[in-house]
Amino acid sequence: MTQADNTSTMTNGTANFAAEAARRAASFVASLALTFLGLTAVTFLISRLTKIDPVLAIVGDKASKEVYDKTYIALGLDQPLIMQYGAYLWRLLSGDFGVSVLTSQPVLSDLLRVFPATFELATIATIIGVAIGVPAGVLAGARKGRWPDHVVRVVGLFGYSVPVFWLGLVGLFVFYGKLDWVSGTGRLDVFYEDIVTSRTGVILIDAAIDGEWGIFANAFSHLILPAGILGYYSLAYIARMTRSFMIDQLSQEYVTAARIKGRSFWGAVWLHAFPNIMVPLITVIGLSYASLLEGAVLTETVFAWPGLGLYITRALFNSDMNAVLGGTVLVGAVFIGVNLFCDLLYKIFDPRLRNA
Amino acid sequence: MNQGLTQWLMSEAPASRRQAVLGSVYRGLVAIISNPAALTGLVIIAVLILMAMFAPWLARGMSPIEQTLSSRLAPPSAEHWFGTDELGRDIYVRTLYGARVTLTIVLLVSVVVAPIGLAVGTLAGYLGGWVDAVLMRITDIFLAFPRLVLALAFAAALGPGIENAVIAISLTAWPPYARIARSETVTIAKSDFIAAVVMQGASTWRVLFKHIVPLCLSSVIVRLTLDMAGIILTAAGLGFLGLGAQPPTAEWGAMVSAGRDVILDQWWVATIPGIAIFIVSLGFNLLGDGLRDVFDPKAS
Repeated sequence: MTQADNTSTMTNGTANFAAEAARRAASFVASLALTFLGLTAVTFLISRLTKIDPVLAIVGDKASKEVYDKTYIALGLDQPLIMQYGAYLWRLLSGDFGVSVLTSQPVLSDLLRVFPATFELATIATIIGVAIGVPAGVLAGARKGRWPDHVVRVVGLFGYSVPVFWLGLVGLFVFYGKLDWVSGTGRLDVFYEDIVTSRTGVILIDAAIDGEWGIFANAFSHLILPAGILGYYSLAYIARMTRSFMIDQLSQEYVTAARIKGRSFWGAVWLHAFPNIMVPLITVIGLSYASLLEGAVLTETVFAWPGLGLYITRALFNSDMNAVLGGTVLVGAVFIGVNLFCDLLYKIFDPRLRNA
Repeated sequence: MNQGLTQWLMSEAPASRRQAVLGSVYRGLVAIISNPAALTGLVIIAVLILMAMFAPWLARGMSPIEQTLSSRLAPPSAEHWFGTDELGRDIYVRTLYGARVTLTIVLLVSVVVAPIGLAVGTLAGYLGGWVDAVLMRITDIFLAFPRLVLALAFAAALGPGIENAVIAISLTAWPPYARIARSETVTIAKSDFIAAVVMQGASTWRVLFKHIVPLCLSSVIVRLTLDMAGIILTAAGLGFLGLGAQPPTAEWGAMVSAGRDVILDQWWVATIPGIAIFIVSLGFNLLGDGLRDVFDPKAS
């Protein structure tokens, strides 16, 4: 930005600020739309790549040539690819994800039914990750090269290297099989199922509303192991990032200045450096939350947790492409949404990036 | 080591291209060996490669796929070091052979991902303008995708199998490399020696392949090593779900999955291959961290 620009920004700052905000909102919407177009284009191409014949899936292999051709045209398969993509996009936008072969329900209503289970798992996991990861990361950054730093490094290295499905199985073996501290797979014991009315789909909340504390406790004992394992991954990532942000801030001169003025070391860490790492930290937490919503695929399979991940994998083994692609679009949309939302937060809270 | 050779390798003013290349390789090796974490990683990966190469000799005459139903689900013993699985196959032998599958996937993904990333990134960075805008938009779109779910959808559409798992992983893994190659290219393209070769009449392709790509290689390789653990975990995850190598091939993820139903009574079936996945990922993580410390001290 040149000197002249700077002066003009100062004179009619309010008008410019509004225009700037509008421009930023427009570019946000544009990039959201573009990324969504890309995502749907990829899922569309996947659906064309698959070896499952969509016509045969409807008419069956005993159908006559005539019926086959009729359905072929009715499905729009004689149209050019780009027209087919347009039609697909239009159906998606009007909320039509097709019908699941496996459940004979519209895919959208299936997705809405299973999503709360994944949401519950990912939310508790993120709470665990933030509650432990952030303080651990701050401690490691402030005590760089000392034992807290080494502990966080080892915990992080382990988290980046261990397969989640294996950790889940070992967790079940130790805490359920041997120690009997937690309940096994699923969301509830069989005899507790379908007792609470489903209001939100999140069992912990539903049970609390009904005052069914026995069910609440049972749901919690089912939830804590998968959520703890996912929380561990979230913790490893959050702690590692917090540490590097903290080291970056503590090397700045304002920290030295605060210390010279008589601020204690931990006072400088928490009151001066910590507020400055909050913004990038929000982004990191958001990304980790979004990736938990997808990373739950394997965890849900291991724990037979009836969420989005289990739904997608089940559909996958029954050649239920509508359900697989619907799930992929939903996960992708959530992922893209959180990604862009974090980008936006970053730009709002960090003045240096406002003009970027 | 011979004093003269060390001096020749460490020379500040190499007399030939060969001396310069060997010298930088030597310096890199010394740096890695003096970093205990990176050395541990290197040793783990070397052991993995040896396991894969000499699997038939190390297997003590047992086959990874031949079933012996009379000795199914036997606990670890002198005869079966890691026990046997639900079809009576020796888990030690299957873990050995599983190293081959893991190594194959790792190699194939690297061979696919690095060239795609380099091509997209260097082209975008060097040509600039609308080529840059279009290529980087595509990269951003792929970067915004959830990787495992997308790989899952690809693998589902293409059908299960190692080749398709490799394609699925590669399709979701290339964008970071394009980003890295682009940012390196943008810096390199501004330097005087590029201006000099352009003035000497070098074509765009010559500049790209002979001057820019070789300079981008080191950061791409470092990133590849760091990503390798993630690639192994994704491949194992696909295998666990039944979308990787198909039975009876010994694949670590699929072996863990086979041990799932008996985890409470026969813990060794699922545990051993999982530990193998963990150790190999750890090896790549350690080596990657070490390489980053050596080549890019700023980032650590």
